[in-house]
This record gives sequence, C-alpha cells and structure tokens, in this order.
Amino acid sequence: MSDFAIEISLQQQYPIPLDVQLHCRPGELLALVGPSGSGKTTILRAIAGLYQPKNSCIICQGETWQDTSQQQFIPTHQRHVGLVFQKYALFPHLTVLENIQQALAHLTQHDQQSEALDLLKKVHLEGMEHRYPKTLSGGQQQRVAVARALARRPKVLLLDEPFSAVDQVTRRKLYRELLALRKELAIPIILVTHDIEESTLLADRIAILHHGSILQTGTPKFVSAHPDTAMVARLMDQSNLFTAHILEHEVESNRTRLRWQNFILEATYQPQFSAGQRVCWMIQSANILLHRRDRPSNGDNENPLYGTIIEYIESNGLANILLQIDPQLKIEITVNVPLHVAKRNKLGLDEHIGVSLLSEGIHLMPYQALRKET
Amino acid sequence: MDWLALTLSIKLSLVTLLFLLPIGIVFGRYLAYKQFFGKSLLQTLLTLPLVLPPTVLGYYMLVAFSPNQGLGLWLANTFGARLVFNFEGLVLASIIFNLPFAIQPMQRAFAAIPREIREAAACCGMSPGRILWKIELPLAWQGIVSAMVMCFAHTLGEFGIVLMVGGNIPAETQTIAISIYDRVQAFDDQAASIMSLSLLLFSMLTISLTYWLTERSETKHV
Repeated sequence: MSDFAIEISLQQQYPIPLDVQLHCRPGELLALVGPSGSGKTTILRAIAGLYQPKNSCIICQGETWQDTSQQQFIPTHQRHVGLVFQKYALFPHLTVLENIQQALAHLTQHDQQSEALDLLKKVHLEGMEHRYPKTLSGGQQQRVAVARALARRPKVLLLDEPFSAVDQVTRRKLYRELLALRKELAIPIILVTHDIEESTLLADRIAILHHGSILQTGTPKFVSAHPDTAMVARLMDQSNLFTAHILEHEVESNRTRLRWQNFILEATYQPQFSAGQRVCWMIQSANILLHRRDRPSNGDNENPLYGTIIEYIESNGLANILLQIDPQLKIEITVNVPLHVAKRNKLGLDEHIGVSLLSEGIHLMPYQALRKET
Repeated sequence: MDWLALTLSIKLSLVTLLFLLPIGIVFGRYLAYKQFFGKSLLQTLLTLPLVLPPTVLGYYMLVAFSPNQGLGLWLANTFGARLVFNFEGLVLASIIFNLPFAIQPMQRAFAAIPREIREAAACCGMSPGRILWKIELPLAWQGIVSAMVMCFAHTLGEFGIVLMVGGNIPAETQTIAISIYDRVQAFDDQAASIMSLSLLLFSMLTISLTYWLTERSETKHV
C-alpha cells in the first residue's frame, strides 16, 4: 500500500481543463495555490465527488473513490470527506448543534449530542449550541463548519478558501486555531487559497496551479525561493523578476556570471544554463541587503546597485521600498527592510541608497517572455 | 348558500392538492436542479395553462377525454374509465390546469436553496432522500405551502374548465363557481351574492397568507 493517504489524478480538456497529479500524506497540509479560475475549487469538488472529470482516479486510504477507467464512482455521501466551504454552507434552519448532528447520523441521539458538544468545545464554541447560524459572526460560522466537517470522521479534510470571508484579525486567530487543530489530526488536509502568505504560513507543501495544471509542488519556502519557471515566480508574487544573459561559469569560485542590462551580476553556480543563454532570474527581497550609510562594509561589494527611492510605504513593521536603479531603462527593484533599519538609515522618498544582491539569492530560470522586459 | 356545491368544490380542491403536492415537489425540484435537453419546451408546456383561456383548455380536455376517440377511448377500453361529466374527470382537469401554479413556486423555492447547502449535506453523509427530507423540504416549505394555497383557491374558483369538462351536474360536477352562475341565471341574486362574497373573502385570506409566508421566508434564517 502507498505511503500517501490520498492520491489524486484528474485529466480533462473540456469544459474545465485539468491535468493534475497530487498526493498528500497523513497529517500533511497541502495548499493548492493559484489565481481565480485556475481550477483549485474544481479539484476539491472532484475529491469530494461533487464533480466528475472525464478521466479521474482518486484513492483515499486504500479505498478507490473513483476510477473512470473502471467506471467506478462512490457518491459523495458514501465518502468520508470533510469539506469546509468558502461561505461555510451551514444549514440555516438548524441550530449549531443540529448542524453538527447531521454528520453524526450513524450514532444514537444521545451519542450524537455528546460528540457534537465535544466538537464544539474543540473549536471553542461552548455555549453556542442552540444558536442559529445567522446569529453567529463569520469566524464562529467558520468554526461550526470545521466542527461539522470533523464530525464526519473524514479520511481527508478539504478547506475551500475558509478564511476569505472573515476580517484580518479573525483570520489570524483562525490560522492559529487551524495550526493547533491539525496537530491532533492524522488525516491529510487540502487547503485551497489564492493567498500566498496564508499558504506559506499554514502549509507543509504547496502546489502551484495555473489553468488547471500543477506547475510545481514543494515546501512553501523552497517554491518561493526556487520557482521552476518565471510563471511560478510570478504566481508566488515575486516582484523582482527579470531577464538576463549568462556570461560564464566559474567552477572554481562556484560562480555563474550574468549580464543584466548594464550590470554584471554574480550568482551561485547554476550549470544547467549554458554561457550565452538567455534566462529569467529573480531575487527575494530578503536576499537584498541595504548598505548602511554610516558604516560601509566589505559585503557592500557583492552585486552592488545604487538608485533612488521612488516609492516608500510603511506597513506591518516593514518599509516597502521601490528602488529605481536606472531612470532611462526604468529598472526597478523591490526592497523590504525592517522599519527600525529604515528609520536609522533615514530612508524616504527620493533618497539615494545602495543595496547588495546576495549571490546565493539570485535564482535562474529558463527564459520566458515577461510582461515588462528588464 | 349552496352547501352541496361548496362541499364539492372543497373536496375537488383537496383531492387536487393531494395529487399536486408530490407532482409539484418532484417536477419543481427536478426543474430547479437539472439541466436537460428539452427543458425549455417542458417549461413552456407546463406554463401553458397560465396563459390559455380556461375555456380553450377545457375544450381541448373535453376532446381528449371524450370516450369516442384517442386518449378517452383508450382509457375507456383499458380501464373502463370515463372522464367527462364526472368528478374523476374534474380532478384530472384540475390537476392539469393547476400544474404551473404548483410547480413554478416550488421550482423557485428549491432553486433558492444554495447549491453549497445541498453539497454540504452530501458531505455530511446524508443520502439524497435524507437531504430532501431534512434540508430541502424545510428550506422550501414556504414556497410549497404558498403553491398549495394558490392551487386550493384557484381550484375553488375555477369556472371555464370545470364547466367544459364536468358540465353542471349537482353533487357530481356542480362546483360553487358554477352554482353562482346558475343562481344568477335563475335571478337568485341573494344566493349568488352570498356565495360570491364567501369566495371573495376566502381568496383575500389565501393571498394574505401567501404574502405572509413569502415575507417570513425572506426574513427567517437570512
């Protein structure tokens, strides 16, 4: 038997193009990340049996839920699947307790009640059992939806953008609750989101989706630092994405040199690209170091760039800076520095500053036309 | 007051409802949730009784139910059933002319239930039958009751089709609407006015009840 708690294979051309191979281990949280219309929710619906792609095979804990080649299909109500809908889909005519009890029909009335109350305790909703959904806040409704999904004793928990309908403060609270809850669950959890930050915070692995196809899977940290393609980098919201030419490789110094506009940059050795080849490259803001004005250091010589701040926004303890390197070519890079660093260096609009691009942070990818070629 | 006619009208309305309730639920739900070839045509046919003059509809039913030809002949030969100028024929005619009044409000009521609610119920392990009983019917009941109230009132007051298909046989096919017409023809204005007033009050009551239920369905749980 496979190590995976769930294996999913979906293919079809029409009406929604899908080409997906996915798996998820017990206790793992896999995030499906992609823009609207990329097929994320369709995949969740297919896993739940609410949508049947033309060619599909879903095996969950050794049980074949559907296999079009064998004309096998287990209907939704016979799959042990917990699905938290984007708008929660609570039954409006039933109380919180009754909502949860609907997923516990296999138990006696007495057991249903005690199990439902236990679940409500788990999601911190004690005392709310006789309330109706419309009297609950968004966060409370989400918790009821989670409790109801868990009541089914699911073999897989599916979360369809469950945090999109709540405010920022509640969202952060719910993130913490989900992280705590998942430690108690030994089932695969698949989360659909278009929020990169959310997936990075919550997921063990992410799968980047575009037009129904999975472009890359991996840990959030790895995928955001090492996207396979410029498209993945763009979907991961990487703003410092450019094109360049490989100049040469220096095996001894473990360096690859590239020409980017008028600049020569040094990256760590990436031999999969040959000299003269056109490539895309990117660097995360965390790999761009600000030159201290009061105390220059040797590190300032590593891929130094100088420019003028043309946009300066302070938010969440960070200064988000747009630095114009070359006014003629309009080359701009995004730099984020802690607010206290920005203050100490007296950064602000129109200030002239220097930054260094860490060579190990420069990631090369096959060439792909970018919207704004720089 | 022609109590015999009133009793017959109420009996006709109740028997009609007995058939229309399951028909309305099955067709209303199916039309609300399913997309299929010929759906528009089916909906057009079901809506026809709304726009056709009752006498036209009644004429076609009279022709169709006639024991001398077509459907009527087949029914007479196969089941020994005669559907013109008797109560059974009136019931069938009532069911047909009430179809849009039963199906359309129920279809709207089922369609108003968000798809996610039904899907969430399936994810809870509820079978389609249990979803209908525990989720869909409780959420659509105002629409169903409204439809039934409208059908009841409509049947109680129907004239053209009843006269065409049933004629005017006391205790068999003479409903209150026909009795009113009969009384007017006989210059018995007092009886006609009492029966008309009764029907007017009853109609007002049913429409008020329908509005009240609709308002409740809009404010409750939303």
